[in-house]
Amino acid sequence: MALLRNIGPREEARFMANETGADTLKKTALHDLHVDLGAKMVPFAGYSMPVQYPMGVLKEHLHTREAAGLFDVGHMGQVFIVADDGTFETAAKALEALVPASITDLEPGQQRYTQLTDDNGGILDDLMVSRINLPGHDHMLYLVVNAGCKDADYAHLDAHLPDGVQMNVKDDTLSLVALQGPKAVEIISALNSDIAKLVFMTHGEFELQLEDGPIYAHISRSGYTGEDGVEISAKHDDMKRLVGQLLTHEDVEPIGLGARDSLRLEAGLCLYGNDIDTTTSPIEAGLIWSVQKHRRSGEGYKGAARIATDLVTKSRRLVGLKPEGRAPARAHTEIQDMDGNTIGEVTSGGFGPSVGGPIAMGYVDVPHNKTGTTVQLIIRGKANPASVVKLPFVPNRYFRGE
Amino acid sequence: MLLKFTKDHEWIKVEGDIAIVGISDYAQKQLGDVVFVELPEVGREVSSGDELAVVESVKAASEVYAPVSGEVTEVNEDLEGAPETVNAAPTGDGWFVKMTLSDAGELDALMDEAAYTEYCEGL
Repeated sequence: MALLRNIGPREEARFMANETGADTLKKTALHDLHVDLGAKMVPFAGYSMPVQYPMGVLKEHLHTREAAGLFDVGHMGQVFIVADDGTFETAAKALEALVPASITDLEPGQQRYTQLTDDNGGILDDLMVSRINLPGHDHMLYLVVNAGCKDADYAHLDAHLPDGVQMNVKDDTLSLVALQGPKAVEIISALNSDIAKLVFMTHGEFELQLEDGPIYAHISRSGYTGEDGVEISAKHDDMKRLVGQLLTHEDVEPIGLGARDSLRLEAGLCLYGNDIDTTTSPIEAGLIWSVQKHRRSGEGYKGAARIATDLVTKSRRLVGLKPEGRAPARAHTEIQDMDGNTIGEVTSGGFGPSVGGPIAMGYVDVPHNKTGTTVQLIIRGKANPASVVKLPFVPNRYFRGE
Repeated sequence: MLLKFTKDHEWIKVEGDIAIVGISDYAQKQLGDVVFVELPEVGREVSSGDELAVVESVKAASEVYAPVSGEVTEVNEDLEGAPETVNAAPTGDGWFVKMTLSDAGELDALMDEAAYTEYCEGL
């Protein structure tokens, strides 16, 4: 028996044990806790990260959809952007020149998903941008970027932010976890009832009443599982205390990267390096919802022309694919039309535990992207029929207010 | 009855002139939750080391190799509807194929259970 294909193509064998270089891997502040919990640790984006705990990927996935899953995402980059003149406008304008999303109209406490684009409109990384909501600090932008891209992102920001706008990387002081699932907000709100008032894609600064004393944390109502939940940023030592207490809750289980991948795929969310990279534009990737209308004119930021062009030319689009049989179609599986012509490639694919069968996402040439189109996935040389379906595969359960 | 193992974590149980093949308990643990098994056509001739089946877990797809040469005489069709049987009973109801042995001498190159257990401990 030999492993053929891993979940992600970008970092071959990223979920496999890799003894060489293990000592050079970075560790998050929660590393020792993962080991104590019996996690299988694997190299991921230069870090030693838990791919699964003894519960296993399938049960971890289902537990997150039914109760609450705790994810260490401390490998991701956390960075503040602040203008020397102390105004939000200067910082926002500087970042807005590098991303398709509108930033200058962010209100304190608001968060947006966007991408760092290159001059050709390709995606360098996808990220969350928040405007801090704290008196005296609401001129600050807070970014969370992917672990595998963060060094390049920091170099990109450093090179392209104008004089008078500073980037402050906080990876050495701040941890980041996500608590996701239908019970997540109820559980975290027991430590500060105001957290329950947040709606999806808003955030704030909160004092959390732990059993051994209070800590302060930045908490956003967001995540990457399709479930309601929060992402929590706090200082390393405070985070260890918080996580230790959260894990004593009967509804909270630690969840590894394996289930994180299947959860985000069912939620129809792109994974950088699989579904989006410098060869794909935000429009091709179906991320038009993250580009506000007045940002589609073809100017105003790096690669803006490509965004405008792709809206008109419609060459290919990222779609959901539901194989008819039981065989999962992994990344790089060829997609053909019913006449056998190649029309695209799967970028993420596997088994969806909540769906109870195989699911995939991939790019297909227009007009094969139309929902209901029947295509063929070529798995180990055999054609497997599949349908183009609307994303997500599992309805998202974000809390947008009563 | 003779039970042998390969370095690639297949097991082979020989009963008379028929061999039953599956993957080991160590293998199913490494794979995690099995969600799909692709089995060969009955009648396929395989040589030792050829791809015999593919087992997919939530995490990844893995090839299962023929431990010996022979002809596939039966496949475990129950795995289509219940692939999790591979996790629950890897050396029992979770078997993959039954096959003939064209050269029983090939079994000599495989490990017995004690040697295989020792081999896994060293991994």
